[in-house]
Amino acid sequence: MVDSLVFIASILPRLLEGLLTTLYLGSLSFLMGLMLAIIMTPLRSFMKGIIPLIIRGYIEIFRGTPLLVQIFIIYFGLPSIGMKFDPLTAGMLALGLNSAAYQAEILRSSIKSIPESQFLSAESLGMSSPQIYKYVILPQALRVAIPALVNEFVTIIKESSLVSVIGVVELTRKGEYIVAFTFRALETYLAVALVYFIVCTAFSQILRLIEKRTKIPGFEAGMR
Amino acid sequence: MKEVLKVENLVAGYKDSTVLRGISFNVHEGEKVVIMGPSGSGKSTLLKCIIRLVEPWEGEIFLGSIKVTDPKIDIRKVRMRTGFVFQSYNLFPHMTVIRNVSLPLEVVKKIPKDKALSKALEVLRLVGMEEFVDKYPLELSGGQQQRVAIARALAMDPLILLLDEPTSALDPELREEVLLTLEKIAKQGKSMLIVTHEVDFAEDVASRVLIIDSGTILEEGEPWKLFHKPLKERTRRFLKTVMRRKGLL
Repeated sequence: MVDSLVFIASILPRLLEGLLTTLYLGSLSFLMGLMLAIIMTPLRSFMKGIIPLIIRGYIEIFRGTPLLVQIFIIYFGLPSIGMKFDPLTAGMLALGLNSAAYQAEILRSSIKSIPESQFLSAESLGMSSPQIYKYVILPQALRVAIPALVNEFVTIIKESSLVSVIGVVELTRKGEYIVAFTFRALETYLAVALVYFIVCTAFSQILRLIEKRTKIPGFEAGMR
Repeated sequence: MKEVLKVENLVAGYKDSTVLRGISFNVHEGEKVVIMGPSGSGKSTLLKCIIRLVEPWEGEIFLGSIKVTDPKIDIRKVRMRTGFVFQSYNLFPHMTVIRNVSLPLEVVKKIPKDKALSKALEVLRLVGMEEFVDKYPLELSGGQQQRVAIARALAMDPLILLLDEPTSALDPELREEVLLTLEKIAKQGKSMLIVTHEVDFAEDVASRVLIIDSGTILEEGEPWKLFHKPLKERTRRFLKTVMRRKGLL
């Protein structure tokens, strides 16, 4: 037991190096997903014609296929049509594009929760649709979406372990290296799991802080 | 006197139900016209048609020299020249009071930020809300929120203020502060078209009252005459219910 604890303590610094990559990868993928979702959602909700259909197709495809397969397509498949990425970029692209689909759904349902009267009021003032989205709807929808978005971030952190299979040296891959050298799989993977657990729990706690800070004053007393 | 608003033979509705069946009237500069009528008679729809929040089916609407019903017109040009006040205020809850008023000035009228803020402060002072500039709408009472909404509409320097039952959502004691604010603005010569059930207010402020029923104008005239000597039996019955509700009869 003591031996195991000493072992885990000894590998922690190396795991933390992997964690840095995980966090870097997770944050960039999340932000990429968020940007894409912010662009796609109004196009899907407020436009007519072919564009909403294309976006809907995108969302369905990325939500209806395994992330691991998406990673393989981007890393192993795309080079055959001349698009070659290093493992980290391919991993980030896969996670980001996948997350965009989920975040777009989160944003869409948040926008639906904004009362129609907010649109009417903004329209009555002469605002254009992009202005209404930017100044009135998005800031309120993002507040509604915060819990679901933080959840999505935590999901990305966990799912980013999948990119270890294409050779990105993140937390899980670091663990694999350590096992290869030491053959102590149980302690190593338990330690890896523990690091994921601490990070994910911490973010769930940070969520409460964010919610507090972005709360609309007087909101509980409101009539929505 | 110049006409600021002219509505001719307006027909409108929702899907397959016709709400307005040929309404014609006008508002001259500085005039305060009050619209009354039973609920469901089309008062709100009429107001919304003027800025095409509801699309008119037939007829014509002019705001000053602008033809509102011209399909080629950029409707935002009409909306930025009218001030619309909703029954339920509809302020933006995530912005402070002053931001609620200054944002449309900045993004719609393209007024520089500092000028927009000073203009916003000026109108908020007019409605007596200058102490609350840094508060958020949901921290205020209904009456205070409605005064901010009036300030927001007024800040745009509209040709006409359109008020859709501005006091209906309020408790009696809060109603008074909003009505006093509106009277103050009326005295400054702003053209106003007001849907309301407030008989006293109409008598004090309105130059003309239109009674609408089932999508047509039932009767119109000067408030005192109309309230005390209505020509039609239907008008008399409607006024009786309104006044009974207010305890005036």
